[in-house]
Amino acid sequence: MKAAAIALPRFQTRLWPYAGGVIGLVVLASIPEILGLYQTQLLTYGLIMAIAALGFNLLLGYTGLLSFGHSGYFGLGAYTVAFLLQWLGIHSMELYILLGLPIAAIVSALFGYICVRHTRIFFGILTLALSQVLYSLALKFFWVTGGSDGLRVPRPTLLAGMIDFAGSGGFPRFIRSYYYYVLGVFIVSAAIMWVIVHSPFGKALQAIRDNETRARFLGLRVRRFRWGAFLLSGTFTALAGILWVPLNGLTTPDVLYWPFSGEIVFMTLLGGFRNFSGPIVGGIAFTFIKTYAVASTEYWQLLLGTVLVVLILLLPTGIVGALSQIVRRLLAVEKS
Amino acid sequence: MSLLRTVELRKRFGALSACDGVNFTVEKGEFLSLVGSNGAGKTTLVNLITAHVQPDSGQILFEDRDITSMTVAARINAGIARSFQLVNLFDGLSVFDNVALSIFARDGKTAKIATLAANDGEVRRETREVLAEFGLAAKSELPAGELAQGERKLLDVAVAYALRPKLLFLDEPTSGVSSAEKAQIMDTVSSVVRSGAVTAVVIEHDMDVVFRYSDRIVMMHEGSFLADGPPDAIRANEAVASILLGISTPA
Repeated sequence: MKAAAIALPRFQTRLWPYAGGVIGLVVLASIPEILGLYQTQLLTYGLIMAIAALGFNLLLGYTGLLSFGHSGYFGLGAYTVAFLLQWLGIHSMELYILLGLPIAAIVSALFGYICVRHTRIFFGILTLALSQVLYSLALKFFWVTGGSDGLRVPRPTLLAGMIDFAGSGGFPRFIRSYYYYVLGVFIVSAAIMWVIVHSPFGKALQAIRDNETRARFLGLRVRRFRWGAFLLSGTFTALAGILWVPLNGLTTPDVLYWPFSGEIVFMTLLGGFRNFSGPIVGGIAFTFIKTYAVASTEYWQLLLGTVLVVLILLLPTGIVGALSQIVRRLLAVEKS
Repeated sequence: MSLLRTVELRKRFGALSACDGVNFTVEKGEFLSLVGSNGAGKTTLVNLITAHVQPDSGQILFEDRDITSMTVAARINAGIARSFQLVNLFDGLSVFDNVALSIFARDGKTAKIATLAANDGEVRRETREVLAEFGLAAKSELPAGELAQGERKLLDVAVAYALRPKLLFLDEPTSGVSSAEKAQIMDTVSSVVRSGAVTAVVIEHDMDVVFRYSDRIVMMHEGSFLADGPPDAIRANEAVASILLGISTPA
């Protein structure tokens, strides 16, 4: 066993991530057959939260800015879909995405322009305040937004109207199709995010995170980069909101409210904000943990709070951080 | 034409005159050392020239162009780069990426968002060259935060050097490292600076290092210049000697 590990040529160890990716995809693709409807639905929620957390982590993990207002962008996506349906009668998921993303980008750019003038706690408070503005608007302008009742969004058509879910048996068909749909969007978004953080732009963000002064003395215009990161981050999280609302069937001001921003922070910490895949693992794990916590006890917040405390004390680098540490240690033991 | 010229440059911090009407010139291609006791105003002078601090009055001319009101980014584009006294690196990035980012920034490629940084062959090749020149090639995949102190100093200089400036300021490139490492760092720095035809201004406390590597030495004291000349002239200067003795004798 030991000898085999040592003899493993370098290129073969490099192939592991790809092999893992392929196996992961096969497993993900067969989930509806294996786990059944309810788990599939939960996992769809998980993948959506993973997209939201990936977007959030572009700011936290890669740019070093902690936003407490990402519920705002998630809710922005959700409400945009509801308005597109209500005002324009649009039922197509693709149109929701294509029209929703530019709107999210514009609002993110506007909010970001204000927020990136500051860093640290001041940045956090500004993001929180702006998301609360959206929350208040959704709550108070009830003749437009439905107030605390929210707005209903029935199941849209998928793939330019080729798939619709009218008639009997619509729900299970929707859950199965929508899972694959979200999985597809998730893979594309994760790939895009992966390219962004490994691009020269992404490296510049990480440099600014590590050392703002030095970054300035490479000639980088720090505020512009932070603004760009904010815009992308908000838009990604809004995409998650767009995908979320048809699955939930309803959007209420809760998705704009600050505790949900806290949940996005929680997911990211749970998975680990120093790893690319941390927010993905965190988004999925959080969805399942919360669902089962809510189902098993009325003190579910206490349970989640405990998880958070244990997490910060024992696993400051999150699930992915801890796992990769263990793997590294095992490899080191095998080598020695 | 001097590469850099300051005219009556002044900067006060409260009652302290850190830069008191300094007329400083740097000639193209020289290796100049800026010496003086702590608080003499060396770092302030460099901060003023690199736009880290704004002057109260006076002018800064680079290649006969007035750059006094230019931003940091504009001065870097003009060809002025610096390293820092306390090591200033991107600790979360690899050694390789620290240098590569410098090259991306210099070439205006940092807005590229849809291509992988690792796929830019030109930048990769140049990064490898720079790392080899600084003897850091073997460490290129390590996070910068995991380097030893001497290597961090070298990398700090390499990051500034990779901008390919015309004028490079190094603020105490050997502070906080052992004397054995000092020589290695200075040998590396002076050889790359000379081979790359970069003009270098080095702030340094170790007079052995200063006398060995400099073409010219400028001595500052309480915000103004006390002496300016080649190493031999400075060595013979009595005013300099008395202050240097003050430095080397513990109080």
